[in-house]
Formats: sequence, C-alpha cells, structure tokens
Amino acid sequence: MSAGTRTSLVWDYAPAPEAVDHLRLRDRYGLFLDGEFRDPVEGRYLPTINPASEEPIAEVGWAGPADVALAVERARAAQPAWAALPGLERGKFLFRIARLIQERARELAVVETLDGGKPLRESRDVDIPLAAAHFFHYAGWADKLRHGVQAREVAPLGVVGQIVPWNFPLLMAAWKLAPALACGNTAILKPAPTTPLTALLLAEICQEAELPPGVVAILPGDGNAGAALVRAPGVDKIAFTGSTAVGREIQAALAGRRVGLTLELGGKSANIVFEDAALDQAVEGIVNGIFFNQGHVCCAGSRLLIQESVREEVVDRLWRRMGRLRVGDPLDKNTDVGAINSAAQLQRIEALVAAGEAEGARRRTIACELPERGYWFAPTLFTEVSPAHRIAVEEIFGPVVSVLSFRTQAEAIEKANNSRYGLAAGIWTDKGAKAFEVARALQAGVVWQNTYNHFDPTAAFGGYKESGFGREGGPAGLRPYLRIVR
Amino acid sequence: MEERAAQLGKRSIKTTAKQQGIRLAISMLDLTTLEGADTAGKVRHLCAKAVCPAPTMPEIPSVAAVCVYPALVSVAREALHGTGVRTASVAAGFPAGQVSLEAKLADTEDALAAGAEEIDMVISREAFLAGDDARVQREIAAVKERCGEARLKVILETAELGSYDHVRHASMLAMEAGADFIKTSTGKAGAGATPGVCLVMLEAIRDYAERSGRIVGFKAAGGISSARAALHRLVLVKETLGDEWLTADRLRIGASSVLNDLLMQYARTKTGRYGRPEDFSRE
Repeated sequence: MSAGTRTSLVWDYAPAPEAVDHLRLRDRYGLFLDGEFRDPVEGRYLPTINPASEEPIAEVGWAGPADVALAVERARAAQPAWAALPGLERGKFLFRIARLIQERARELAVVETLDGGKPLRESRDVDIPLAAAHFFHYAGWADKLRHGVQAREVAPLGVVGQIVPWNFPLLMAAWKLAPALACGNTAILKPAPTTPLTALLLAEICQEAELPPGVVAILPGDGNAGAALVRAPGVDKIAFTGSTAVGREIQAALAGRRVGLTLELGGKSANIVFEDAALDQAVEGIVNGIFFNQGHVCCAGSRLLIQESVREEVVDRLWRRMGRLRVGDPLDKNTDVGAINSAAQLQRIEALVAAGEAEGARRRTIACELPERGYWFAPTLFTEVSPAHRIAVEEIFGPVVSVLSFRTQAEAIEKANNSRYGLAAGIWTDKGAKAFEVARALQAGVVWQNTYNHFDPTAAFGGYKESGFGREGGPAGLRPYLRIVR
Repeated sequence: MEERAAQLGKRSIKTTAKQQGIRLAISMLDLTTLEGADTAGKVRHLCAKAVCPAPTMPEIPSVAAVCVYPALVSVAREALHGTGVRTASVAAGFPAGQVSLEAKLADTEDALAAGAEEIDMVISREAFLAGDDARVQREIAAVKERCGEARLKVILETAELGSYDHVRHASMLAMEAGADFIKTSTGKAGAGATPGVCLVMLEAIRDYAERSGRIVGFKAAGGISSARAALHRLVLVKETLGDEWLTADRLRIGASSVLNDLLMQYARTKTGRYGRPEDFSRE
C-alpha cells in the first residue's frame, strides 16, 4: 500500500468487553442489619436482573415493615456510642470505607454496570471514584464539624432514614451515608428495587471496615419498605432522592412530626447556548448533559435553549455528533450509551416521546442497531418544540433532548426559569460577565458554566422549587445531619 | 476540549481492530529524520525501512513518505524510486522560520529541484504572534505557488501559539492560504501533537471543508512515540472526521521513533507475547 492509493477500509473497534470472571457475587443476599446479612422476616427474596440482557444476576432479600422496625431499634441502640466516638475515630472508619471502595473499584464498577445498565466507561470513571471521593471528603470533616457549619457546638440528629434512586446506586448511597456518619448519626439506607447490588457490596465493605454493628443498615425493597421507614417512630430524619411525586408523599407523611427532611427530586434543567459560545465545546456539553447515563440523571440538561442566530448550526453539529455515539453492551469499554434501567422506565420514555410526536414536535432518533434482548432507547433529538409541549415541561429521564430557542439574554433567563423545577442549568458563552449575570438570575441549585454534569464532593448540590430542598456535598452537606446546639 | 480528547483516548482497541489500526497507522507514517548529523548512509537505511518495515511480516505495508532536510532529498528520492513511498522535505527556514521570504522560497526550490514531492513548511510564528495574519498567509501562498504539483504541509508549531483559540485561527489561515495539509509541530519545540491540539485542528478541517468544499489533510507530528499514542490519533480522526479520512491522502503521522513500537505491538497481537526491542532493526 503506498501513499496516494485510497483505502476503502472502514476501521471499527473490535468488541472490548470488560471481564466479569473476577466477580465474587453470591447467589443470594440478605438484608444488612446489625452488622450482618440476615433473612428478611417475611422471607421474601426477589431476583435483580441485568437490564441489558433481562437475565437474573442474584437474589436479594426484600425488607418489610418488621425488618424496618428492627433496623430502627438497632440503629437507635448503636447511635449513642457512635456519636460519643471522637470525630477523629469516626473519620478513620470513613477513610477505611473510602479506601476499600478504591480497592474494590473494578468489581464495584462491573456490578454497577451489570445491575443498572450504565456503560462501564461511566461506572469506572465516574460513579465509583466519586463514591470513594465522597467518603474521603466527609471523613476529613468528621473532627471539624462545628467549623463546617460555623457553630460553637453541634450534635447529631440521631437515626436517619435514607432512600436512594436507581440511577447512581452506589454514588447516591455514598452521598447519603458519608455525611450522616461523619456527623455521628446512624443510618438506614434503602436502595432502589432495581439496583440493590452495589449497596450490598458496600455493606460487605462496612463489615470489612469493622464498622460497629447497627451504625449502618442496608435494606433493599420497594416503596412499601420506603413508606415504613418514613413512618417508623424513632427515625429523626429522612433524606430522599427520587421523583417529585414520591417526595410530595413523604413530605405529607412527615407533616406535623418532628422529623427532619431533605428532598432531592426531579428536574427539567435548561442548558443555554449563547451565540458567542465555542460551539463544538457546547455540543460536547450538550451530549454529556443529556446522554450521560442514558439521560437517567435528575439534573440532565434536557431542555436545550439555543440562541436563534446559531440554532440551526448547533442542531446540525449536535445531530452529527449524536451519530457517533456508540449504543450497546454496557460492559463494552467503548460503549457510550448503555441500557435503559428497567422495563417500566422504558415505557415512560416511550410514552413521553410518543406524546412529543403527537403534539407536533419533530423527532430524530439516531440509526443504530439495538440488541434484541434488554431495554434500549436510542438517543433522540426533538426540534420544533414549543414551550407548552409535554416534552418541554415534564421530566423524561431518558436519552431525549428537546430543543427550544430564544432571542435575547432576558428571554433565555425567562424561559429557563419557566419551569416547576429548578435543579441545574448550563450556560455556554465566551463572555465572562454574561455568564455571571445569567447565573445569578437563574433559579437553579447548580449552574455550570461551559461544562455540564460535573460533580465534586466539595460542591453543594440541591434544588429550587419542586426539585427539592437541602444540600448535599461540601460543608453545606453537613448541615442537614446536624443540630446546632449553640 | 481536552476532556473529549481524553475520553477518546480511553477507547479500547483490541485484537483485529488493533492489527488493522497498526497497519493503517504504518501506511500513514512520514518516517522522519531531521538531525544535523544525518548522512546519506543514514537516509538510505531509513528509506529501506520505509519501503519494507518488517521483512518477516509481509502484510505490513510501506510507510507513506520519508521526510528529510533539503540537502538529502536527492539521496532519498533515488532510494525510494519506483517504490511508491514519497519523498518529503522540510523547507522554508525549518524549524524556526526566522528567515526572509526570499530565503524560504529558495529553500523550497532547492528541495523541489532535488525531487521532493511534498514540502513541510513552518508558518512564521513571529508574524502570527504579532498579529500580522496577512504576512502569514502571503508566505504560505508564495510557497504554495512554488510547490506546483508538490503537496504543501503547513506546520503551525502549536506549542508556540499559546492557546487553542490561536491554534484554530492559525489552522484557518493556513487552509485559506492554500495548505494541502496542516501539521501540528516540527518536533523541535515543546509539546507536539497533544490530543487537545489534534482535536482543535481536526474540527477546523471539518468546518473548513464544510464551508469551502475543499478537503485539507492533517498531519500529527511531535511526541508520538508509542503505538498507543498513534492509535489514539486515529481514533480522534475517526470520531471527528469519519472513516473516509483514514487514508494517507488525508492523514499522516510524522515520527522518527514510533515505527518499531508499532511493529512490536503488531507482532504481539500475532504471537501473544512481546518481542525484544532488538528484534527490529534500528536505523
């Protein structure tokens, strides 16, 4: 082959699946209660399945009200001793957990991908390292709590109930457990019914770290277990991440009771592209904003607001870039977009996309071969969307982006804020002053400038309006788990 | 920018894709020697390697070109005669470009007269950084005119430009002035073809092609010394410009030391074990 001759070759990457032979998964996991795995009182075990193949991975015990009551009792019993430990000692336990997460990172990443369908590239590079980073961060706070909240004396709340969603199973568990434990609380964590496995591996890690029995309980289960936890006497605080509908129920259930509450709920976050933005970088940010984790991200940039003068160009570039996304086997190291987490979620996405088409928006879905088994939805772009369309208003929680346009900065702010939600926003511009001006005017808990979906344990995360209240991450994340004595 | 480039650096290239990618990378190499100590003998050895990189593995293709200083072009041309491997020469005051336009043109003419089929010139960073875009373009256009049928690769020397914005701007200037290829670096100054710089230039090429309809090639040079780095550049091109760019007409990798690593990695995909560096000839 010499220079000048045209090769007609298409160079494609051979499949590069991550090995699974190193896993030591058990066939069956009980509830993690009082420092050991035990059968649920009602004896109920259900399989957890791989959404990319619909094959069962392991059987997991489901908690009922009796298990929750027992867990609360043990957590209450363990709490005084845990709180009495010097902060430095509690910190050592958290450091140990963080290091064990790092040691078992590869195993945790593969299990996260098997159980939830997210690409290995993300579980390996984002979920697991960030989970460890959260434990490291709060381990450091454990002996400096009063400085984190600028008080002279602080006290833990007691027993906290924590309910986490299925989109970032281990990471959300870390977000919840690390600050709660650092502050001297004991915790009962309920993972989501479709993705309990990494939380159960975290239970093994707690054992390995020799965390005192009762300090952490992990009770997989569905909404009934969650409801029992919310209503259980003896729980001092509930922290919930999930849908706005369930968040509302929880808030109603807690009304009139002396139980603390933080909610991190849904979103329909605006990603705003100004005409002076670096467009290729903006396109990367849009892709990362909405196709990261198949769009199963509460702060996903699902409402794309583009200045009219560059709308066509940005949409063209975005569409071209979407064509390069590799959809398929989540365990393949080259996969960009994996499987939808569950059949139920796939139905919700399909229903909303159908509504978008029925309401007259123009749908474009990339051409790609999807595996026959499992739950899949190819990345989709809607143009000619009007602000009243359901796909512009409701959270889709899937790889679907709706494009709207604006003419002026004032209109961009108005449209971005015109939402029930207020979790996050993105601003793309090369003008620094404009970025700060717009950021100040946005009703969103997180505003990213010239980037999107970047997370860091030192930064506070949380919502405005129907996206919830309370902050997680950084010193602000200590506040919901502490009582200020003076 | 760097994030996207780094993300593409994590693409996993295994088995058949690795073999195919390595053969592809070799077929796009500009095998280069640019040292004061170069002699006719060294250039002849390099040309032999260029034509037949690994006699024991006949499926390995020839490289695209051999790149030398103007004084050694005639030696290379003679050694490569009839092989299909092209002769390239740096010219126009390489590597600093700090000589008059007349001297640059004379340098270019020398190389062409000796038989160079491709010319690698550097832009005047002095003019670029002083904001004199017109002079940068005028010089490129003048050299291009002397080149005639010979291919002109314009080196931006990105390590000296200072920002990605400058890299993009210089890319556009060079393409508008008539460059057939734009090239990252001379290999003589600082960081060479970093992933971020490559990505910016590839996006500029894509946008220019869309606007003007003219296809400009890309040459990554400087700091690419491992097979892994070479394959990463192929991934960047594939996912930015597409498979139709994976040809020596549009893509080159300039390097003096990467070839043996490519051969060693290739041999490993066949034998399952790493060879010794001594298994491959040194020129």
